[in-house]
Amino acid sequence: MIAYLGKRLLQAVPILIGASTIIFFLMHAAPGDPTSIYLGNPNIDARVIEQMRENLGLDQPVHIQYVKWISSFLQGEFGYSFSQKRPIADILKDTIPNTLVLSGVALAIIFILGIVIGTVQAVRQYSWGDNLATALAFFFYSMPSFWFGLMLILLFSYKLQWLPASQMTSVNYEFMSGSAQLTDRLKHLLMPAIALGVGGAASVARYMRSGMLEQVRQDYVRTARAKGLSEGKVIFKHAMRNALIPVITLLGLFLPFLMAGSVLIETVFAWPGMGRTIVTAIFQRDYPVVLATAFVISVMVILGNLIADMLYSIVDPRIRVEEGEGA
Amino acid sequence: MATAKEVEALEAAAIPAGATVAAPAAVTRTAQPRRPWAVGLSAFVPGLGSLALGRVTPGAWILVGWAIALVTLAISREDVARTLDQGRLDDWVALVTLAVSVVGLWIWGILDVAVTATRPVRRVGVSQWRLAGRRFRKNRLAMAGLAIMVLLYWLTLLAPYLTPYDPNFQGNIVLDRYLRPSAEHLLGTDKFGRDVLSRILYGARISLTIGFLSVAISVTLGTLLGAVAGYFRGWVDTAIARFIDMMLSIPRLILVLVVIALFRPEIWIVIVVLGFTGWEGTARIVRGQFLQLREQEFVQASRALGYGDARIILRHILPNTLAPIIVIATLGIGTTILLEAALSFLGLGVQPPTASWGSMVNDGRDAMITAWWISTFPGLAIVLTVVSFNLLGDGLRDALDPRLRG
Repeated sequence: MIAYLGKRLLQAVPILIGASTIIFFLMHAAPGDPTSIYLGNPNIDARVIEQMRENLGLDQPVHIQYVKWISSFLQGEFGYSFSQKRPIADILKDTIPNTLVLSGVALAIIFILGIVIGTVQAVRQYSWGDNLATALAFFFYSMPSFWFGLMLILLFSYKLQWLPASQMTSVNYEFMSGSAQLTDRLKHLLMPAIALGVGGAASVARYMRSGMLEQVRQDYVRTARAKGLSEGKVIFKHAMRNALIPVITLLGLFLPFLMAGSVLIETVFAWPGMGRTIVTAIFQRDYPVVLATAFVISVMVILGNLIADMLYSIVDPRIRVEEGEGA
Repeated sequence: MATAKEVEALEAAAIPAGATVAAPAAVTRTAQPRRPWAVGLSAFVPGLGSLALGRVTPGAWILVGWAIALVTLAISREDVARTLDQGRLDDWVALVTLAVSVVGLWIWGILDVAVTATRPVRRVGVSQWRLAGRRFRKNRLAMAGLAIMVLLYWLTLLAPYLTPYDPNFQGNIVLDRYLRPSAEHLLGTDKFGRDVLSRILYGARISLTIGFLSVAISVTLGTLLGAVAGYFRGWVDTAIARFIDMMLSIPRLILVLVVIALFRPEIWIVIVVLGFTGWEGTARIVRGQFLQLREQEFVQASRALGYGDARIILRHILPNTLAPIIVIATLGIGTTILLEAALSFLGLGVQPPTASWGSMVNDGRDAMITAWWISTFPGLAIVLTVVSFNLLGDGLRDALDPRLRG
């Protein structure tokens, strides 16, 4: 187990370096550099821009910049944001937890909702409920999340006025009692998390349904029924456990999906997370922030994949053996 | 040296699998007697003859299509006159599309009756593709997806005739803005007094063009890399696999955002960037297929005959991997349309005033309370389009490879 994990971890390092290399060279292929916004500004002398480039290390050859960039990133030095006038590390410290909360809740929605609905569908195959759920899943799966978020806002915030439309907390959050603060946060979290997670939940339900249908046909399920176990035990203790295994691999698939989705959902709901930061930074041409955020997102995706691999090898020990043989 | 006979045997083995299945007496359909009156009926009103002969499904499709085409023609009499008079390229495309669909439906209507009547009893084998076609036609949902897709492409080509207003025409800024859906403006107007329905119809062009072209690029790229990796194995394979891992660890939307932000957000850039980012899935699947197929006898036979690598890859292995490629391409169009909508929504896709569904959803955001229709309808258009491509893709997967049915 430890050896397997170690091997996985070692494989992740070159991927991480490669991914950041892709981002770095994309940035360099672009016309202009961070100082180009000052070009043509009559208040700034050409010599000042030259000095800025020197300070930022932009006058050095690309490969030296690259080595410096990567070593400083690995030490957690992300540089300075031009638009927000503060260190990028500070911005990330503020935004990462918000994004993690949002995607964490969305991930829970994806798996809990998807697994429950998929299982019920499989148990009641071809009932009207199954057909309806299949159709709905298809619908949600094909829906742009940002549009669904807007529709939720339209319905629940503007028409019914049940839930707040944006931000993480209300304006008077600081003057609330402890429990009121918690409900306020949950109220703000509910709609974005649903908008972010519903598409994924639909695809988990699809996988779960077909996985369960495959398991209930197996001999061991027939044996369980034959020895007189209750239907609930057969489904939940026998079939479901095995049907869950392939669903867990989806975890790795959903992390990029969640990170990309949070860019849109955070924009729609004005959620102060990494996704919104990257969009704002793009419009302000704040390249260092864009680079750093994209880098952190890649790190999170790679780490998430590692965790998914770990979980998978825990629930299904066969994987470890196969990997060991070198598939 | 191989004798002539041996070479012949090898040649036979080298025929790409999947070409034909030798199945004796596969079809038992008996010839129906010719019915001249049915042909006449179909020549008069396309589809009626088929309906009279009891071929309900094709008959209904032809009849409905014919009716839609005629209604369109009736509605756009003035547009046709304008086309003949002024003749913008857009208008001519629409006119040709309309003419082709009317004539095409007519011919189909007649052929459907005539050919059914004279079709001989088939004694030869049935190809894999024909079998897949049969399975596909039985799948009602998939056929519905196909129908919606065809209709969408048709609508985009006919957009200049169907739209009551110019998509970028700004009406009276005081009187025409934020008009509710009504008989005059079926889906209302936006904040500049532009007709939402017209903009949605023109927006379909953007989505469908970008979806189609980007997927064409990404599937070609993915197939190429996957084929090279799976066929040559070794360090090429390792290098490509590592590169795929790296690309996949940056979420596609983020990568696309970064690249487009660096250049100008323009339709060609969007197409190319989307095309160069979505190829990983195709590459993996094609690679897997190649790894499997390269060990099979027909490939060994081709090698024994001294064929070059390029020929073996392109002529012998690739045709056998077409089925999953077609499926992944169809599903990929849906994903790409969603991604393009997301980019336009963020303001990094096609730039205003060109109508695009994603940017229309964004336009409606600042007036959600007073004018819900501006954001709602373009979103529904996205959903409908993506659903139809997904239905089509699922149907193709079930038809082409029943083992993959999920």
